Amino acid sequence: MTDVVLNINGHDIHVAQGVSVAAAIAMAGSAVTRRSVRGAARALLCGMGVCQECRVTIDGRMHQLSCQTLCADGMRVTTGEERP
Amino acid sequence: MTRYDVLVIGAGPAGLAAAHAAVALGGQVGLVDDNPLAGGQIWRGGPEQQQDQRAQRIWSDLRAAPNLTYLPQTRVLYAPAPQQLQVQTPTSSATLHYEKLILATGARERLLPFPGWTLPGVTGAGGLQALAKGGYPVQGKRVVVAGSGPLLLAVAATLRAKGAEIVAIIEQAPLPALARFGFGLLATPSKITQALQLAAQLGGIPYLRGSHVHSALGDGTLQSILIQRGGARELEALQCDYLACGYGLLPNVELAQALGCVTASNQRQTTVLVDEEQLTSVFGVYCAGEGTGVGGVDLALAEGRIAGLAATRQLTAARQLYGERARWKKFAARLERAFALQPELLKLAGDDTIVCRCEDVCHSELRTHTSWRSAKLQTRCGMGPCQGRICGGATELLYGWRPDAVRMPISPARIASIIDD
Repeated sequence: MTDVVLNINGHDIHVAQGVSVAAAIAMAGSAVTRRSVRGAARALLCGMGVCQECRVTIDGRMHQLSCQTLCADGMRVTTGEERP
Repeated sequence: MTRYDVLVIGAGPAGLAAAHAAVALGGQVGLVDDNPLAGGQIWRGGPEQQQDQRAQRIWSDLRAAPNLTYLPQTRVLYAPAPQQLQVQTPTSSATLHYEKLILATGARERLLPFPGWTLPGVTGAGGLQALAKGGYPVQGKRVVVAGSGPLLLAVAATLRAKGAEIVAIIEQAPLPALARFGFGLLATPSKITQALQLAAQLGGIPYLRGSHVHSALGDGTLQSILIQRGGARELEALQCDYLACGYGLLPNVELAQALGCVTASNQRQTTVLVDEEQLTSVFGVYCAGEGTGVGGVDLALAEGRIAGLAATRQLTAARQLYGERARWKKFAARLERAFALQPELLKLAGDDTIVCRCEDVCHSELRTHTSWRSAKLQTRCGMGPCQGRICGGATELLYGWRPDAVRMPISPARIASIIDD
């Protein structure tokens, strides 16, 4: 199966077709998706589009649910891993 | 303008069965789902990928039906007018018009707060299963599967098949309740076959009953958990990379409530009330599957098919399924009794344990409030993007109050989805 190449926090990562952005974020190293309102690191929780913990910025669009988004070639993902 | 004779919300087993029954009469049927692939949670990854022949058959029929429009990655926001729903995709929005509406919005997990549950590495039980099916890396990871219900066994089997090392399965229900449930399976033999298949896949994994996760520990990410074994005096530590912890399922009733459908709360779950045709209190709006009460895939398929048949007035065919539906409802009732939550689970949250994860509101800030409204106004509990879907299930058990009304839009929306058109 052909790989998909996407960019997470500035680093290219190769994943198989059909992999969720949430999974790609974890494969890239840290599973952290966002910072809470008090600054704590958060990662995936419900896995099914309910809890909103997995939200990240995808192709410039904020608050996208990474667990309900499949990786696509050229996609650019920014997580809350780095403190602003 | 798109106008559907039947619009189905949710492409899990209930929604697929409903759409399948409805397309047969030739009217325009729309099938809306917020995931990129159909199948819901139990048939996640696409119905065509499942071993369950029913999934493959329904899906291949639907794909061949020229009168079916499948709308993936589409979320319902609100009803701008009767018989209309405003929806958005990741890049666009639309208004869908319908004659009949079938709600098959499924269930979510009940997640209970305990010290450390916000650490990266702690997920729902079904949550980690769903993530793993989407390629989430679990190979070689040490995983504890905990909480309650038969879902834990299915989760452990999926994770093990994907290369995870399952450290233990921790079930809060005590052995006597589980034994009674096991005996009751004799009434539904297909469930015994399923249980035996699962048991074979889970050989060698400790299954601790009457036990629960007390807390999760780690510096920045999960490293270990403390568990309370049934009857043990002291807590026991287990090292793990992931903790997949969920305490059963809660119906997703927000859309039904937003449309004015009457719901009822009993046995600590809120369900949409329906008549024998799966019709809600709102004319032309049906509900099928977990929304009417958690019951699993077989009940969801029966209810979905009945709703699809009833919405297209194929009532004789619908009535033939009433007996099957009644049988699976009995199974669901046995399930609920066997896995009733033990009271000690409600004492796990400490003063500084976060209950509302969206707004970082702690147990100590909430327990003095007497209502959801009071807590919401003074602490912002439930006012974040999940809109109380996660903390609401916990506050109901911890404090006896839950979200008192649904807020529109029912999921976070882009401004453009509401003001463009």
